[in-house]
Amino acid sequence: MSGFWADAWTFVLDNLSGDGGIPELLVDHIRISAFTVVLASSIALPGAMWLGHRGRGLAAAVAVVNIGRAIPSFAIVALALPVTIAIGLGLGFWPTFLALFALALPPIFVNTVTGVSEVDDSLVESARGMGLTESQILRTIELPIAMPVILSGVRLSAVQVVATATLGALVGWGGLGRYVVDGFATQNNPKVFIGGLLVALLAITTEIFFSFLERVLIPKGLRKGKKGEPSHERAEAH
Amino acid sequence: MNEGPLVRWDWVWSHLDDIWELTVQHVVLTVIAVSLGLVIAGPLAYYGYRHYAARGPITWVAGVLYTIPSLALFAFLVPFTGLSILTAEIGLVGYTLLILFRNIVAGLDAVPDGVIEAATGMGYTDRRRFWEVELPLAMPVIIAGIRIATVTTVGLVTVTSLISYGGYGKFILQGLNRFFNTQIIIGAVLSVLLATVADVLLIRLERRVTPWAQRRSE
Repeated sequence: MSGFWADAWTFVLDNLSGDGGIPELLVDHIRISAFTVVLASSIALPGAMWLGHRGRGLAAAVAVVNIGRAIPSFAIVALALPVTIAIGLGLGFWPTFLALFALALPPIFVNTVTGVSEVDDSLVESARGMGLTESQILRTIELPIAMPVILSGVRLSAVQVVATATLGALVGWGGLGRYVVDGFATQNNPKVFIGGLLVALLAITTEIFFSFLERVLIPKGLRKGKKGEPSHERAEAH
Repeated sequence: MNEGPLVRWDWVWSHLDDIWELTVQHVVLTVIAVSLGLVIAGPLAYYGYRHYAARGPITWVAGVLYTIPSLALFAFLVPFTGLSILTAEIGLVGYTLLILFRNIVAGLDAVPDGVIEAATGMGYTDRRRFWEVELPLAMPVIIAGIRIATVTTVGLVTVTSLISYGGYGKFILQGLNRFFNTQIIIGAVLSVLLATVADVLLIRLERRVTPWAQRRSE
């Protein structure tokens, strides 16, 4: 076993820079994840906010959650490949991106619709009575109150995207999944292990990043004090 | 990618025995994972139900486990436990823990105080009250947790194809490697189908163990 740890350490030292090195794969991994989540948010948020404000889309949200849970993310990555090949985008980045994008949308959409529509009706009514326009109500009342739920949706989506980007290695993309998948193929256990470790660390870092973001973006009066108990639903495992 | 129709049915008909074999594997991997998950999460949840302070740490550990991507977790384990069913199950069980723990605790918490007091007043011992009053009343929430854990596990089993198991995931992986759409689609569809069937069966189980809920709605 001591040989294993030595090999793992050597693998790290050998891959501190250069083509296919840890920094390159890590940056690729973060870049595609961040890009996907930002794009998915900017597309899902406006519509979902409006639907939530109108109190619609809740049934759709429930359906999305149930169906989404039954479709394995592995299958989504695999199914993206024939699609991108059929439309001429080929292997690598595009099937990975397509799959990640499809996975990123639902949590953001669902949490935003539910979060906004669950805002106490009497608050919305009194705001309306005070003469606020609909868009003012959405911006100054509903959004701040729904912020914890919306952010947890974005967090779920981000963690899931980071996790699933690993599977991109199966459809010819880079990222940290390369080490795991290539290591499996060549039965190089130290490589597999280091790949797994890096992916796990990145996923946990993503969680921590979002709990920091929550601290900044959630209005003081709405913060929950209880430690260790996540206040909102979590995504499915990935 | 291969020419021709999206799904080549002749491939499906000539591989019915493979489909059956992988169905069995998929079901077995899932059942073991959820059962072991219950065996581990059950006592933990009971402890958390009685001792509020224990909930935070248990949820935290299960939460970290849950955050680790499945492929990464398998990658961690392979150097130590090899390409074995043990590796697959450690990972699969690990992901059920958070869901089961939280739902069992929430279910037990939701039993009305009045009911518990009434049972105590009628002379139930703590132990009997737990098994005959609290647990049955918590069943709908507990089964909701089992449903989520089961559907999630059915999906995750596909990833174990990378460590030589996988159930229907084996079709998906082979399809990817051979650029053969039929296998990818059949693997994905069967996996979703299995998750749906399992979910429906569990809903039936819930009706069976909570007959009073039926009666009330009639």
